Amino acid sequence: MSWFHRDTSKRMTAEPKDAKRTIGWMGIQRGHQARPLEWLAERLIFLTSLSAIVMIFLIFLFVTREALPVILGRMNSAAVQPVIPVDKLDSLKPEELMLYLGLTPSEFASKDRATIKLLMEVKAEAAAEVTTDKDAKINTTQWRYLLLPYQWSGYDKPEHIWQPISDIRKYNIVPLLVGSLKATLVALLFSVPLSLAAAIFVSQLCSAKLREWIKPAIELLAGVPSVVLGFFSLIVMASFLQRLFGYESRLNALVAGIALGLASVPVIFSIAEDALTSVPQAYTQAALALGSSKWQAAWQIVLPAAIPGVFAAVVLGFGRAIGETMVVLMASGNASIMSWSVLDSTRTITATIAAELAEAVFGGEHYRILFLLGALLFAVTFLSNLAGGMVIQRLKHRLEGGA
Amino acid sequence: MSSTTVSLKPTEGQAFRRSRVDVWSVFFTGATGLATALILAILAIILLNTVINGWPAISWRFLTGGTQSDMFDVNKAGVLPMLLGTTARVILMTIFVIPVGVITAIYLTEYAQNTSPFTRIIRSAVNNLAGVPSIVFGLFGLGFFISFVGRGMDAVLRSGQPEPLWAKPAILWASLTLAVMTLPVVIVATEESLRAIPPGLREASLALGATKLQTILQIVLPQALPGILTGGILAVSRAAGEVAPILFTGAAYYMRDLPKALTDQFMDLGYHIFVLSTQSPNIEKTRPILYGTVLVLLALTFSLNLVAILVRANIRKRARAGH
Repeated sequence: MSWFHRDTSKRMTAEPKDAKRTIGWMGIQRGHQARPLEWLAERLIFLTSLSAIVMIFLIFLFVTREALPVILGRMNSAAVQPVIPVDKLDSLKPEELMLYLGLTPSEFASKDRATIKLLMEVKAEAAAEVTTDKDAKINTTQWRYLLLPYQWSGYDKPEHIWQPISDIRKYNIVPLLVGSLKATLVALLFSVPLSLAAAIFVSQLCSAKLREWIKPAIELLAGVPSVVLGFFSLIVMASFLQRLFGYESRLNALVAGIALGLASVPVIFSIAEDALTSVPQAYTQAALALGSSKWQAAWQIVLPAAIPGVFAAVVLGFGRAIGETMVVLMASGNASIMSWSVLDSTRTITATIAAELAEAVFGGEHYRILFLLGALLFAVTFLSNLAGGMVIQRLKHRLEGGA
Repeated sequence: MSSTTVSLKPTEGQAFRRSRVDVWSVFFTGATGLATALILAILAIILLNTVINGWPAISWRFLTGGTQSDMFDVNKAGVLPMLLGTTARVILMTIFVIPVGVITAIYLTEYAQNTSPFTRIIRSAVNNLAGVPSIVFGLFGLGFFISFVGRGMDAVLRSGQPEPLWAKPAILWASLTLAVMTLPVVIVATEESLRAIPPGLREASLALGATKLQTILQIVLPQALPGILTGGILAVSRAAGEVAPILFTGAAYYMRDLPKALTDQFMDLGYHIFVLSTQSPNIEKTRPILYGTVLVLLALTFSLNLVAILVRANIRKRARAGH
């Protein structure tokens, strides 16, 4: 019966160790009926199970693929390109002409000499018209302009500036990184204490009956779509907080952070609660028998035992908060100011991608830099998820092994 | 003499402390309880605020009306196109994600060896897929489905025609992107329900001479159906509210007609909420339709969630009884 799969033959039947169970071509084995269809179906099941791995790989591949020209420094965003005089047309090679005019080989082949000449004249005229700004020759997609401050003409000191729609397109991603970190930090400061306290209460202190009501209710918060959270913080919470604290900019990192915190509360709560519940009951019972109170057992025995799980919950909550899009798009104010103040209007990585990709020219440098931001986001969340998952695995293993 | 007093003192102190109410215990329980209450209160405020402000906007005309005249007109605009668009993309997504998710879960529970490193890689990939930000799925949908698969299909099926048919945002690509996003939800829920089935059932079937595949198809899967259903419902409720993945892969700001083909764009409830709350010409005036739309979306996702929670609670109870 267990002729079709090596794994199951080991698991399902208790057979003598020396029994020979060779699996022949397509699962056909001596003495058994051939079932090539089942063999095929099982191969297909196996192949389908690789889907998650394939998808992760494809996401990585295709998001980075679009960003590759920027990563390798092959884009040139300079507003002023060197002009080749029209009378040099005959001395140029076809490849150089194609590159200069931005034509594909088929387009180039379909045009005659007069058209090419006309195109070169148009190009020269266009170059004469553009701004005479000293920065116009700079290729702003180079790494140093993406990351380091630079003194643009008109500014009195070197600054980090994200300004993709202007004469000189500035793509410094540092203000966006700062914005994302700022909003995420506020979110964690709000949600970590709240959801950890709730997790301790629900798993250790409250009665079983209450637990059956509270847990699904908090899980219901995870079912609130992020666009609804964004709407709520934009329409209701922003005005409320402004009246409460009386700051200037109605939409800022504080509002966005608290809304993000609400989005990450269910994540942190359910993972932390799970970790706390998986601590063996015997630990608590022993502490209670020694005369500790319920909260002493929870605080001094259960929490330290589950601390890796709590850490993982915070890490995964961080991943959720930094990747959340609609909430920050609606509640953060979206001004790309380089500032660490939580009361300033803020622009995050996710909101920038969501707001600007539709306007960016397909395949242009703005488009590619937005994909670069996406790849960065993917890398950050991938690593935090990996770390969080590994910690949880190890904790479960230890607690179940030690119980 | 002095030594006895020293040893007595702590005992006295402890006896004294025990006789009083344990202040720390009360404080600690109160503080954590308060935090829990705060979370629930915020949830309640969000829901109540939506229901109280949104209920007056709900009418038969609002639910069945279109946006032909003006989508910002309080007296004429309806949500039917968005409701249909969201429903269509979610149903399409279910068709893609359920088979793949269920088969993966079958492999993980019935075939894979839990200790093998390969299984661990699959599991970690599933967990990681669940944590990928939704906007990255949007980028993936644009970079893979539209500009790779779509462009490839245009080149092969419609070579020579200048207008792209497949290489543009469409309901098909939005659904596929959402299917990739909700794959972990379906896998995890199905796996849970497969594990809840007592192993005795499988062993009995095998002992009667059924093959492993027959056992899975005829014994295990019918038993796991409620769990698969839960996975599907959870995936649908997660996907129904997601906006970021469909921003570039299919959602339209405004469309006169309903989508008719897989290659059409569509209007979407969640995206419409975003449009109404950020791009409205007069936010005070359009507030009723904004709240109405939010209420419709919340009612949709919450009723789905509630069903899923109830079914899942039932499965868990049965699993505990079975083992």
